[in-house]
Amino acid sequence: MSLYSEKVMDHFKHPRNVGVIENPDGVGEVGNAKCGDIMKIYLKIENDIIADVKFETFGCGSAIASSSMATELIKGKPLKDALKLTNQAVAEALDGLPAYKMHCSVLAEQAIRSAILDYYTKHNIPFDPELLKACEHCEEDE
Amino acid sequence: MQVYADNAATAKPKKAALEEYTRVAEEFFGNPSSLHSAGQRAKEVLTDCRGRIANLLGAEENEIIFTSGGSESDNQAIESAAKFGRAKGKTKIISTAIEHHAVLHTLEKLKKEGFEIVLLPVGTDGIVKLEDVKKEVDEKTCLVSVMLANNEIGTIQPVEEIGKICKERKVLFHTDAVQAVGHMKVDVKALSCDYLALSAHKFGGPRGVGALYVRKGAPLYPLIEGGAQEKGKRAGTENLPAVAAMTVALEDSLAHLEETNKRVTALRDKLIANLKKIPHSALNGDPVKRLGGNVSFCFEGIEGESLLLLIDDKGICASSGSACTSGSLDPSHVLLAIGRVHDVAHGSLRLSLSEETTEEEIDYMSREIPKVVEYLRSISPVWRDLQEGKRTYIL
Ligand SMILES: Cc1ncc(COP(=O)(O)O)c(C=O)c1O
Ligand SMILES: [Zn+2]
Repeated sequence: MSLYSEKVMDHFKHPRNVGVIENPDGVGEVGNAKCGDIMKIYLKIENDIIADVKFETFGCGSAIASSSMATELIKGKPLKDALKLTNQAVAEALDGLPAYKMHCSVLAEQAIRSAILDYYTKHNIPFDPELLKACEHCEEDE
Repeated sequence: MQVYADNAATAKPKKAALEEYTRVAEEFFGNPSSLHSAGQRAKEVLTDCRGRIANLLGAEENEIIFTSGGSESDNQAIESAAKFGRAKGKTKIISTAIEHHAVLHTLEKLKKEGFEIVLLPVGTDGIVKLEDVKKEVDEKTCLVSVMLANNEIGTIQPVEEIGKICKERKVLFHTDAVQAVGHMKVDVKALSCDYLALSAHKFGGPRGVGALYVRKGAPLYPLIEGGAQEKGKRAGTENLPAVAAMTVALEDSLAHLEETNKRVTALRDKLIANLKKIPHSALNGDPVKRLGGNVSFCFEGIEGESLLLLIDDKGICASSGSACTSGSLDPSHVLLAIGRVHDVAHGSLRLSLSEETTEEEIDYMSREIPKVVEYLRSISPVWRDLQEGKRTYIL
């Protein structure tokens, strides 16, 4: 019996999409005020589609694995779908996370949202103000 | 390669202790409280063990009570002194910021019950200052509780001197010696303590058994009510096989103490020197006044749980004080107390060696750990910021 599911361990030990994108279209960095984990997302966007995504994470196994899984879930997807990604969906895709580790997976959701908002802002694209709420939340957490 | 470097959490049980456990469980299964011969034979073993443990600590046989381990011993010592103090209107307890939770949580509970709890700070070396103790001890003080050796950073506290201060001022003194007993010379007379807690699984005995030394005349009240075992101070049928195994483990540890410490300390210092070569890393706690087997580091820009899991994958078992390993989301209170900021404490690693640790294991850890640290830094946005000058290095 280990702390994490096999899937978490796989994504943690062999993270997908780890790294940086030079001249990204959007960048989001969020920190977890509670435990101190930090995650950064880089996006390349073409025709409202996430053409490429990379991440860097300072955090535990759960934070790294959820970063990896989240990037897999949004790569090649339309922005509007990526915005709907929840931490529950990330955790489910990882076959679950221990309850006290769920907060580490929230980072992925927030970092993606923050990167997309960065893209919208930089490119003067109007966006649903509801999204700003999520962003305030991110900043709060920094 | 498999390297068990988490002996401060639980040491591998000694063969002789396990053999003693089965021998006593098989041959002396009688209840020591029974009047028949099987019970009395078991009782003889119990008395014999008590005498031997007392002897190893420089105590009298009737000053040792057996408990379920370090936590219980700490709880009982503190609760007893507090109860005694309260009856005399003394409601101040002095301890330190780096105690084990077995002490800290008991103190928190007493605080809710109206006690004034003073937790002395430690320096960046992880050692409490005698002046601070002297300053705080007053007429209201019923107890001073200072650990002998810290479980996370291994620092050894000036308990002998603190004991003297307490004796002079006639204040009860408890020391949590759970990490020290079996690993350094511990003599209750030299420490001038009224209570001393120890736990068998930290020196090669079984888990779930320990002892509390209580100086003759010091107040002691039971935490567990019931039968008249342990002179009415600790009810419950004695865990005789475990007590016997603990006794053998302690005798064995102390019989080889000097040579073990010499060898383990040399290995410790080699590992420390090797890990120090990792840039932006720091040893936690005083480099000299520390347990022979304790190596505790912080590595800037990474988090400890991910480090633990990746070195575990390479066969190395260790522990961390990272917020992500605590379950409470806070990094270790010990690392914060020595001045490590949250981000730095997040990247902590404790390797605790034993007499079985080999040179090859040290070399293996010295080779593998830096690789994992480097890898985790390569995927860390914090490390990138540090490298690009967007954040300033702390270590
Ligand atoms: C310093 C210290 N005190 C108390 C304890 C608690 O001991 P036990 O696990 O035997 O209850 C430990 C062990 O975790 C310890 O390291
Ligand atoms: Zn985490």
